Amino acid sequence: MLSAADVSALWLTVRLAGTATACLMLLGMPLGWWLARTSSRWKPAIETLVALPLVLPPTVLGFYLLMLLGPQGPVGSVWRALGGAPLVFSFSGLVLGSIVYSLPFVVQPLQNAFQAVDAGLLEAAAALRAGPLDRFGAIVLPLARPGLLTAVTLGFAHVVGEFGVVLMIGGDIPGRTRVASIAIFDHVDALAYARAYRLSAVLVIFSVAALLAVYSRRPVDRPRWAR
Amino acid sequence: MIQGSFELAREAFALRAKFAMPARGVTALFGPSGSGKTTLLRCLAGFERSPVGFLSVAGEVWQDEARRVFVPVHKRPLGYVFQDARLFPHLCVRDNLRFAWRRTPAAKRAVDMDQAIAWLGLEPLLDRREQQLSGGQKQRVAIARALLASPRLLLMDEPLAALDAAAKGEIMPYLEALHRQLSIPVVYVSHSLEEVSRLADHLLLIAEGSVAASGPLQELATRPDSPLAHLEDAATVIDAVVAEHDNAFQLTHVDFAGGRLILSRNALPVGAAVRVRILARDVSLALSRSTDTSILNILEGTIETLSAYSPAQLHVHIGVAPGRRILARITRKSASLLALHAGQRVFVQVKSVALVA
Repeated sequence: MLSAADVSALWLTVRLAGTATACLMLLGMPLGWWLARTSSRWKPAIETLVALPLVLPPTVLGFYLLMLLGPQGPVGSVWRALGGAPLVFSFSGLVLGSIVYSLPFVVQPLQNAFQAVDAGLLEAAAALRAGPLDRFGAIVLPLARPGLLTAVTLGFAHVVGEFGVVLMIGGDIPGRTRVASIAIFDHVDALAYARAYRLSAVLVIFSVAALLAVYSRRPVDRPRWAR
Repeated sequence: MIQGSFELAREAFALRAKFAMPARGVTALFGPSGSGKTTLLRCLAGFERSPVGFLSVAGEVWQDEARRVFVPVHKRPLGYVFQDARLFPHLCVRDNLRFAWRRTPAAKRAVDMDQAIAWLGLEPLLDRREQQLSGGQKQRVAIARALLASPRLLLMDEPLAALDAAAKGEIMPYLEALHRQLSIPVVYVSHSLEEVSRLADHLLLIAEGSVAASGPLQELATRPDSPLAHLEDAATVIDAVVAEHDNAFQLTHVDFAGGRLILSRNALPVGAAVRVRILARDVSLALSRSTDTSILNILEGTIETLSAYSPAQLHVHIGVAPGRRILARITRKSASLLALHAGQRVFVQVKSVALVA
């Protein structure tokens, strides 16, 4: 069925999506919570930045990231000076790129789910001696659980489906940065249509399953573009 | 004592309240809707932080903006019952109760789960979720949950306002029992005079964001300068003691400083404390003691003041004992015919006395 190289590409994809999703949740929860509750005048600006990857061509995003993370770039040079391994054409570079690229797919459902939590319940919890973190863990997270699942599913699925950003900052190094979408491109480039078909089918089946899971849930947790 | 002052400006509303209330019994914050009662209660709880403010509860400072002290809500030993019960929808009744109990340090627990469940009759509801409870049941759970935080101050924001008459009737006995059994002070927001006269010991009258008057309920209800004495339902509230039961006529006699009152037979034991209410419109006055009247309750007193009520009616404030006043609503014509004036001895004829608690 799938060649060893294809399996390796799929496995890399899963590792990348898993790592990026974990980072996205860690970043997305405080960010989503802040956006859900703040009345800061910076909110629209931050929301715009978060939503930008929805509309920008991935190549634009990938290009900027390449410039930013490259050895001469502002982030890349500092990283090198601190003794870090090169970020471009590496797994960690891919993770960083994926985080930026998939941010709206995680932050928006989290923000929606957090907004739907009745602030009155948090007051009630505070009056029952629950501190801020306690309230977040005992009230917000359980009530926002469907939104959390949506965020994880969409974040993961979106990283699996990315192409442009990965190509720009990851290149196409087998076992290190050649993810499934790139492998399919390579197969088509080499006119190996049968292999392209098989690998594509795996991604189609996965994506349908992931989206079905999202759309079967109540609309409020979905990101704005999916309602 | 609970002492404080808050100054808080909101759009189209400002709170400027300075107050002191006893740290025991029930203090009602009474006033029309929009007067700032709930905002004041939220300041007491710490849900709102007034930029200028001070609050001390039984000697403990919870807020002192002059020294930038503000104890956050979750560190204040208080209980709060909201108008909407605000039960946690993802938890069953038992877990809602346990939420409060678990977060109270063991050494500070004054109420345990079984006690709270028994008090509010929650045993059959323990496994239910919020959606499976009626309005009255939700509020009972909310009260039990607040008690399980072992509060040293219980704040209640119109806990009956969202309920229908039947559910009100279901909760009221629990509130009255609370009042009698708990030693913790309660601050109770209400715009219902009936609720206030049943539950409160002390009153803070709130109008347009400030404290218009405060004092013991019995005094404030009848004091001529008190807005309470000018309401349609203006009434005298009297705390009395059951003196004897008259089984032949099915009546109960109660005593208070101003004399004896007779009301319908109740089941309370002799010596029990009762609270009775006399509506101003049920009181008439006479210059001599009538002997040929159907009215049983006749008290002797001295007119303290007369105050205007309506173009046709007056309120007469009659002292029947030191600090004990009875309010009567009579027509201006009667006052004129009897030539009523301050300092005059009169007989207060009470047509009906209602037991309120």
